Amino acid sequence: MDCSHVFEFKVKRLIVVFTLFLAFFSSSPAAFAQVDTTHVTEHAHAEPAKKKFDIGKFALHHIADSHSWHVIGETYIGLPVVLYTKDGFVTFNSSDFNHDDEGRVVVERKGQRFVKVHEKIHYASAVANEHGQFVDLDEKHHALNARPLDLSMTKNVCTLIISMIIILVVFLNVANGYKKRKGKSPKGLQSWMEPIILFVRDDIAKPNLGHKYERFMPYLLTVFFFIWFNNMLGLIPFLPGGANLTGNIAVTMVLALATFCLTVFNGNKYYWKHIFMPDVPWWMYIVMVPVELVGVFTKPIALMIRLFANITAGHILVLSLICLVFVFDSLYIAPVSVAFAVFIGAIELLVAFIQAFIFTILSALFIGMAIEEHH
Amino acid sequence: MDLLLPEFGLVILQTIAFLLLMFLLAKFAWKPVLAAIKEREQSIDEALNKAELAKQEMTRLTAQNEELMKEAREERDRILKEAKTLKDSIVHEAKTQAQTEGAKLIEKAKIEIENQKKAALAELKNQVSTLSLDIAERVLRTQLEDKAKQQDLVANLLKDVELN
Repeated sequence: MDCSHVFEFKVKRLIVVFTLFLAFFSSSPAAFAQVDTTHVTEHAHAEPAKKKFDIGKFALHHIADSHSWHVIGETYIGLPVVLYTKDGFVTFNSSDFNHDDEGRVVVERKGQRFVKVHEKIHYASAVANEHGQFVDLDEKHHALNARPLDLSMTKNVCTLIISMIIILVVFLNVANGYKKRKGKSPKGLQSWMEPIILFVRDDIAKPNLGHKYERFMPYLLTVFFFIWFNNMLGLIPFLPGGANLTGNIAVTMVLALATFCLTVFNGNKYYWKHIFMPDVPWWMYIVMVPVELVGVFTKPIALMIRLFANITAGHILVLSLICLVFVFDSLYIAPVSVAFAVFIGAIELLVAFIQAFIFTILSALFIGMAIEEHH
Repeated sequence: MDLLLPEFGLVILQTIAFLLLMFLLAKFAWKPVLAAIKEREQSIDEALNKAELAKQEMTRLTAQNEELMKEAREERDRILKEAKTLKDSIVHEAKTQAQTEGAKLIEKAKIEIENQKKAALAELKNQVSTLSLDIAERVLRTQLEDKAKQQDLVANLLKDVELN
């Protein structure tokens, strides 16, 4: 659970602010395990009430996906759980777990028993362990039980749907504007979005893809606005924002995979020749071909990691700043942490755009490299 | 490390959602929007080209107008000049004609005056001769009224006439 290397991706950030929090996190793994243990064991209740606030666990909990949506205080919205098990689909509401996240509450559906451990649903063990948990844990407290295919409407999936609705509403409105004011200057939402659409077309697609750019415009525009809108939604601290969708590795993986597929399926003979038969002496092939082949995969992987790390790190940073109040256990630190959080929030707004831009321009670049014609 | 492990369920859902979103946006948003933008750009380009052409046409027309103006001005000058020479020649002609006419008239008048003078002189001569005869007659009549005087005269005359 060493989070510090997550931060290493964020070198671009303000190093001063950064080192401050690296300091927190470097000390955190030890504390983490400790608190983790005390938390799971029943002795936890016997411990002094004022235990040390674990900023790492708090932040990681908030950036992770969840089966329920925390609204405020003790109010949670239970989200539907959809599981594909050996016996078909099983659905129930996550509030059936009674907010238990340590495998103590078993939900039984269709003759199958499920528990939730660290926001992941596992098949429950037949009997509870000594802590009342229906799971087998390894020494790091990771559940060892098998898992059904989890297609639940988690917080991230809800955000995904909300963002889809927002994007569709916005752009159908924009498209409608073009239909209504045919050939006229843009107005309202249309005039907000047109410069950005033109930016994607003229500064991202055209320079990288050349005259064949039109084929890839739908993908580039969709990926750009999807990432940008979700980055911004993630910055809203309350409903309907707050989920860390673009900072989720599964989401960035799908996006990177899309770019990868477009690159591979659109690659022309020059592209493949460059990989398998580069213009070097034949004995260099031993080195060049593996390097080029690895490059094919590292490009989308870099895309995936970059977006994930940047957005996740931003979330952790803001959360950590706010948590300073709890770390120092003093309200007097609040102005400082709020000031920093506002500052980082402003930077995050910029990062939200920049990351969408970088992902899109690199996608265009990779596709452009694959479809480039040589004379 | 949970953070770095993609959740398979989310991968599936994200794939479906993203493909659906891309399909819907491509069909109902990007296609009309990009087409409209392109169309508008073309119409703007066209309009600019047209404006440029119109400008060229304009300069051409202005140049043409200038040319026409110049020609017209030249024409006008030429006509004026012609008119002036014509006028001058007419005036000159009229003047010479008037002069000759005048001279002729004067000549005629002179001849007439001469004739009149001659006639008057002839008349005068006649008058004078008649008058002189008349006077002479009267004088003679008065002088020859008495016999004495007549004899005197005859005597005088005879005295003068010396019979040579």
